[in-house]
Amino acid sequence: MEFLLQPLTLLTFFPLIGVLVILFMNSESKAAIRWVALVTSLITFAISLWVFAQFNSSNPDLQIEAKYPWIQVAGWNIYYYLAVDGLSILLVLLTAFLTPISILSTWTAIEDRVKDFMIFFLLLEVGMTGVFLAQDLFLFYIFWEFTLVPMYFLIGLWGGPRRVYAAIKFFLYTMAGSILMLVAILYLGVKTLTFNIPDMLAVLPGLYSSGEITSATQMLLFIAFAAAFAIKVPMWPLHSWLPDAHVEAPTAGSIILAGVLLKMGTYGFLRFNIQLFPEATVQAAPWIALLATIGIIYGAAVSYAQADVKKLVAYSSVSHLGFVMLGLFALNPEGVAGAILQMVNHGISTGALFLLIGMIYEQTHTRELKVYGGLWKIMPIFGTVMLISSLSSMGLPGLNGFVGEFTILLGAFGSKAIGSAWYAGISAIGVIMAAVYILYMFQKMFLGPLGEITHHHELKDLNWREIITVAPLLVFMFWIGLYPAPFFNILAPAVDKLLSVLVIP
Amino acid sequence: MMQPEYKDYYTLLPLIILIVWACLLLLADLFIPKSRKSLTAFLSALGLAVTLGFTISQIGRESTGFNDMVVLDGFSTFVNVLLLVSGLLGIALAYGYVKRMGLERGEYYTLLLFSVSGMMLMAQADDLIIVFLALELLSIPLYVLAAFKRKQESEEAGIKYFLLGAFATGFVVYGTALVFGATGTTSLSGISAFVSNGTSSPSTGSGGTLLLTIGAALLLVGFGFKVAAVPFHMWTPDVYQGAPTAVTAFMSSGAKIAGFAALFRVFATAFPALSADMADVIWALAALTMIVGNVVAISQSNIKRMLAYSSIAHAGYILMAFVPYGNKDVMSISIAAGLFYLVAYVITNFGTWAVVIFLEKAEGKDLEISDYAGLAKKYPALAAAMAVFMLSFIGFPPTLGMVGKFYLFRAAIAGGYNGLAIIGVVTSLVSAYYYLRVVVNMYMREGDPTIEREPWLSFTTAITAIATVVLSFVPQWLFLLASTAVFRQF
Repeated sequence: MEFLLQPLTLLTFFPLIGVLVILFMNSESKAAIRWVALVTSLITFAISLWVFAQFNSSNPDLQIEAKYPWIQVAGWNIYYYLAVDGLSILLVLLTAFLTPISILSTWTAIEDRVKDFMIFFLLLEVGMTGVFLAQDLFLFYIFWEFTLVPMYFLIGLWGGPRRVYAAIKFFLYTMAGSILMLVAILYLGVKTLTFNIPDMLAVLPGLYSSGEITSATQMLLFIAFAAAFAIKVPMWPLHSWLPDAHVEAPTAGSIILAGVLLKMGTYGFLRFNIQLFPEATVQAAPWIALLATIGIIYGAAVSYAQADVKKLVAYSSVSHLGFVMLGLFALNPEGVAGAILQMVNHGISTGALFLLIGMIYEQTHTRELKVYGGLWKIMPIFGTVMLISSLSSMGLPGLNGFVGEFTILLGAFGSKAIGSAWYAGISAIGVIMAAVYILYMFQKMFLGPLGEITHHHELKDLNWREIITVAPLLVFMFWIGLYPAPFFNILAPAVDKLLSVLVIP
Repeated sequence: MMQPEYKDYYTLLPLIILIVWACLLLLADLFIPKSRKSLTAFLSALGLAVTLGFTISQIGRESTGFNDMVVLDGFSTFVNVLLLVSGLLGIALAYGYVKRMGLERGEYYTLLLFSVSGMMLMAQADDLIIVFLALELLSIPLYVLAAFKRKQESEEAGIKYFLLGAFATGFVVYGTALVFGATGTTSLSGISAFVSNGTSSPSTGSGGTLLLTIGAALLLVGFGFKVAAVPFHMWTPDVYQGAPTAVTAFMSSGAKIAGFAALFRVFATAFPALSADMADVIWALAALTMIVGNVVAISQSNIKRMLAYSSIAHAGYILMAFVPYGNKDVMSISIAAGLFYLVAYVITNFGTWAVVIFLEKAEGKDLEISDYAGLAKKYPALAAAMAVFMLSFIGFPPTLGMVGKFYLFRAAIAGGYNGLAIIGVVTSLVSAYYYLRVVVNMYMREGDPTIEREPWLSFTTAITAIATVVLSFVPQWLFLLASTAVFRQF
């Protein structure tokens, strides 16, 4: 039972304690349930900070390990193995950071079946944290698939009018990707006789060089893993589940979906595709860069055409995640570090946008851009916060988005793996397009004459709870924007180690 | 003729106890008044429990009996434990159901005991004659049980099951005859020894080999009927729908376990030399079964029919892992994976049927999937259990079904059948659609379902749901048990 006290076990499974408590609470005492959920997620966040305090950022290797044999039948070698390194620590912190914010955002928005909602939400946190920490493919796959279940219920039970459709689409789409990954995982397990990733990484180079796993097979395995992750990211053209899921999901669901779940896809590329299949990674890099560039431009263009503000932000995610993919497959330190930082940035900025849209939706129950207008006059605090978040999302220098996108483009321009500066050049247009759709949205909602919605509703500006909910996000927008060095320092050693095994011609 | 010795009886000890118990109970039941038939249920359960105790005491033992016609080994013990647990769960499900539906007669329970005896004999059979005997002993009580309701649909189910079952038995007998003609023996080890002695080498393609191959193929057809593999599945939906639900629950678990036990043992012991031909056939059967079962299940609106097709599909997954049975390195993995998955399937299956029985009303009411609408709001625990079972059927964590599928797919890939594994995962994706429809109805649609509360049913649902989740976190010992459940070496 000693493994229960390992820092990472605690971090991953602590929300389960909240789940157990809530399970035995009366479903009518909604306020108490909300507090239990919030306190649980805050303690989890505290644990994540405690883990971070033990984290040695100059060490590029996995650390703070919790490793115990699990299923040790001949040829299986499955471990219960959690560990963290520079590639994942920021995402782990992001997960623990966004969860309490999301729970706060539901304070008045979720009135129906609060008990079930909080149970699913905390279960989701377990799954997400587990995905970022698992260092055994079997364990990883369990966490990866498990995140689908609570998210499916969050969309299907508390979503908008087409929630059932969106929930099933989300579930089947994501599962379609992960089943191919399952076959690839099992294939690797059969060939290497282990599911433990460090052990696997030790064996694989030999299998590659001896021809036991041919280059063609390696490419197929790469594609199988990439299918799972590309759907999750989502990369163009596999993105069509995302707008439905986002539009129908409740606000807290959208925040987590954009903030963390999509990062599981990009993280998957980083941790698994690049590490396990180095040769295929280098070969595939130009193709991925091509898809990423199309995604950047496509997402931005479609964003501009949306009449629904939530859909607009959803499509902007396709564009932003395109940048992350471009940076990852630049396969140089600037690109990869920028991509990881941009994952965090996107979680913060887009999380904030969804949060703010949820706040106004709660009052007006509509997200149609055309009914809004002139909101800044009646909701000045809301307007200011929205402006900062929008600017952060479009990459204004001085805010976090700029740092990420700039570093990514820097990496992509100089990337030998991508081989052409055109991708970066075209992608840079995406930055300008982001300014267009974001400012278009801001102008429609906040500037100009009062929209028709103001005739029907007494709109109130943000209250204290809402300001507290969004304030931490604003802090990080400025912090990363003005002084990103500490964040890059955490990443750098692990990124260098990751790239050191790649042979780029 | 040798006199039977202690060893002979010891090999079949649990089975003998159960059969004697069943015979005595059949007599004793005559003196149990009509209003006290629950006593018969308890006595049958006690019989199964006692037999289970003896079976567990035989763990790790190996022996043969009655001129090597029956065998006791790790495999048979594993399967017997699973069968006895199925019998117990079958009684737990039937207990309140037969009362409520006006079917309470003592014979119900004794027939169930006889059927379990037949299944256990199947697991221990080391001779094709015994396989035939066991097949009859397990099937005939099931035919009667399927028709137990004496309503039109139940009798139709019984007759249909009987006719097609008899047909399948015919295949087994004919196959046995051909194998005997080719090899001069019906003993499984004898057949294998004959083939490997080269008296009739498969590669030479002599007439004897042809007979042997045809014989094996006919046996495969017979077992295919029992496990409901496509294209021998036609009876399954009608019989599952028409039979009393408690019978369906037992039948869909027990008959499948026994069918696979026979298939595994006969093919792995007697016909490893034929695997070059047979692997392709089983490959096609597995692929067809997974595809047809899952695709047709989508269009079902009745939950019993839907579960019937889902049980067909699961037979396909198990067959998939068995395809590489001729490969010596993989064979034990294949069988261990099949057994492991059978455990996962049986637990999930009984839980699911328990929930179906909770909702079912007289005259077959409330058996549509749409009747589950609103279940989560009114009975959250029941809906949660059903959601767990559906996830387990899909193969989603945190459930035993997921670990089981992981094992099966790994066996197929270890045998080099990557394409079949891909068919398997893609059909799993298809299955997610219809299993999720139950979840959608329970959680996301409004409705006002009513249930029949009954302690044993609640108990079964709770214990299977908990087992499905908890065992997925601690599957190590089940892995070990399954991987040590091997055939006796000779």
